[in-house]
Amino acid sequence: MLYAILCYNNEDAVFTWSKEEDEAVMARLDAVHQKLTAQGRMGPSLRLLPTTAATSLRKGDEPLILDGPFVETKEQLLGFYVIDCANLEEALETARELARANPGEGGYEIRPIRLFLPGGDVSGAVTG
Amino acid sequence: MSDLAWIDAALTAARPQAMGALLRYFRDLDVAEEAFQNACLRALSHWPRNGPPRDPAAWLILVGRNAGVDGVRRESRLTALPPEDQLSDLSDAEAAEAERLDGEHYRDDILRLLFICCHPDLPATQQVALALRIVSGLSVKQIARAFLVGESAMEQRITRAKARIGAGDAPFEAPGPAERAERLAAVMVMVYLVFNEGYSAGATQARAREPLCDEAIRLARLLLRLFPAEPEVMGLLALFLLQHARAAARFDADGGLILLEDQDRGLWRRPMILEGLALVDKALRHRRPGPYQVQAAIAALHGRAARPEDTDWAEIDQLYQVLERMQPSPVITLNRAVAVAKLSGPEAALALIEPLAPRLSAYFHFHGARGLFLMQLGRGLEARGAFDRAIALANTPAEAAHIRMHLDRLEAEGRETG
Repeated sequence: MLYAILCYNNEDAVFTWSKEEDEAVMARLDAVHQKLTAQGRMGPSLRLLPTTAATSLRKGDEPLILDGPFVETKEQLLGFYVIDCANLEEALETARELARANPGEGGYEIRPIRLFLPGGDVSGAVTG
Repeated sequence: MSDLAWIDAALTAARPQAMGALLRYFRDLDVAEEAFQNACLRALSHWPRNGPPRDPAAWLILVGRNAGVDGVRRESRLTALPPEDQLSDLSDAEAAEAERLDGEHYRDDILRLLFICCHPDLPATQQVALALRIVSGLSVKQIARAFLVGESAMEQRITRAKARIGAGDAPFEAPGPAERAERLAAVMVMVYLVFNEGYSAGATQARAREPLCDEAIRLARLLLRLFPAEPEVMGLLALFLLQHARAAARFDADGGLILLEDQDRGLWRRPMILEGLALVDKALRHRRPGPYQVQAAIAALHGRAARPEDTDWAEIDQLYQVLERMQPSPVITLNRAVAVAKLSGPEAALALIEPLAPRLSAYFHFHGARGLFLMQLGRGLEARGAFDRAIALANTPAEAAHIRMHLDRLEAEGRETG
């Protein structure tokens, strides 16, 4: 079984870390990543930019585009995509396509990524 | 991070919100500050034992308010503070109470706090010093070092600023929408000044002043949290991030200035650039351009270029023209001339800036740029005159040294051809 581990933390504190603090945290995390990689258990991992950099798209006949993340969402996070886009407009167009293909309630949060570690192949874990 | 570092980060992050609420409650800067200090001391003794509260700002507001009220009452010997053990059990109850009291006011509180610091009666330097003291909680010593003045002089400056505000009718009531927009603009200028104090420092002062850039970024983040749909706030934060991302590449080991095109782009901080680009992208979607957005868009074009020759100078020229229309200023035209020089050569750039001479005759960068264009056109003697003027007007040793380098090159070329 594959598990996603979603990271939560206080954005006010994390995004005001100094370069040194940030690097120290990343170095400690890297030790964990390396262990997981050696064990063949490391999949893709990423770090998002802050919620203030997010844009959201609410589904509907005419999708509604809003600044910022879902502040009070009733929906649950059910998955996510990592897509390479030239700019926000292209990312929004992709989100519109996804919304058309997957109608109903809900929406998408478009959140730029700050760091992306592609990781190894852990596909065997789905069936294994 | 150690426990203490975590607490320190949480206190810093909660400060504007807590100070804003305490100021509204006590209506006195000194009482509010003292109450906040008391709350922080309590946090330092309670949080390591009981773990962090759910909402640090709410905790600090409630505990600070109790401490402040107690301070006022102590003189009349009425009631004591609640017993310590009761305080430590407040974790969730106090958050709910403070939330009910202050939740809807948070935004206005912080804005009011910032606005009080941007009091129009105060000169800009005092506004910035006061904001750094009250909103950011920098020590007088830190602020004094950043402004290169003595600690007692800065202490006096801040005390005077506080007195000036205390004497007037500081607006403690919640501002209406129109006034709020006006305040936001004033606050953005103040935060911009904080950033500029840090950014325009020479290499020797850069280390002492770098925290000012970090602080301005933190304040801009706070503003964007308060106004998530304001494209100009997005632009302001983006501008800071894109400029500050280059900090490590701006000076050489001897403190000399390194021009954008000569900087080691490997030293630029990618995460900050990425965030800046994302914010510019998001802001421009609103189709409500403003000066900060345009400046950020220009910085973004530099940030996007992997090599100097990849820079989109045509687009930069266009953006400067937009900026000129928004806020006509000879300094903006001067900046545009750099793009024009890249696009159409030094002759066109020189033609653009010559008419600015009467207004910019006392401006270091005018003579520096003019000298450079003249030098590129082979008009060595005139170039030397311009560089001499520039050196006389240099603001930092690094600026003077940079011009000296051009003069040396002129000298060398003169010898070769002569």
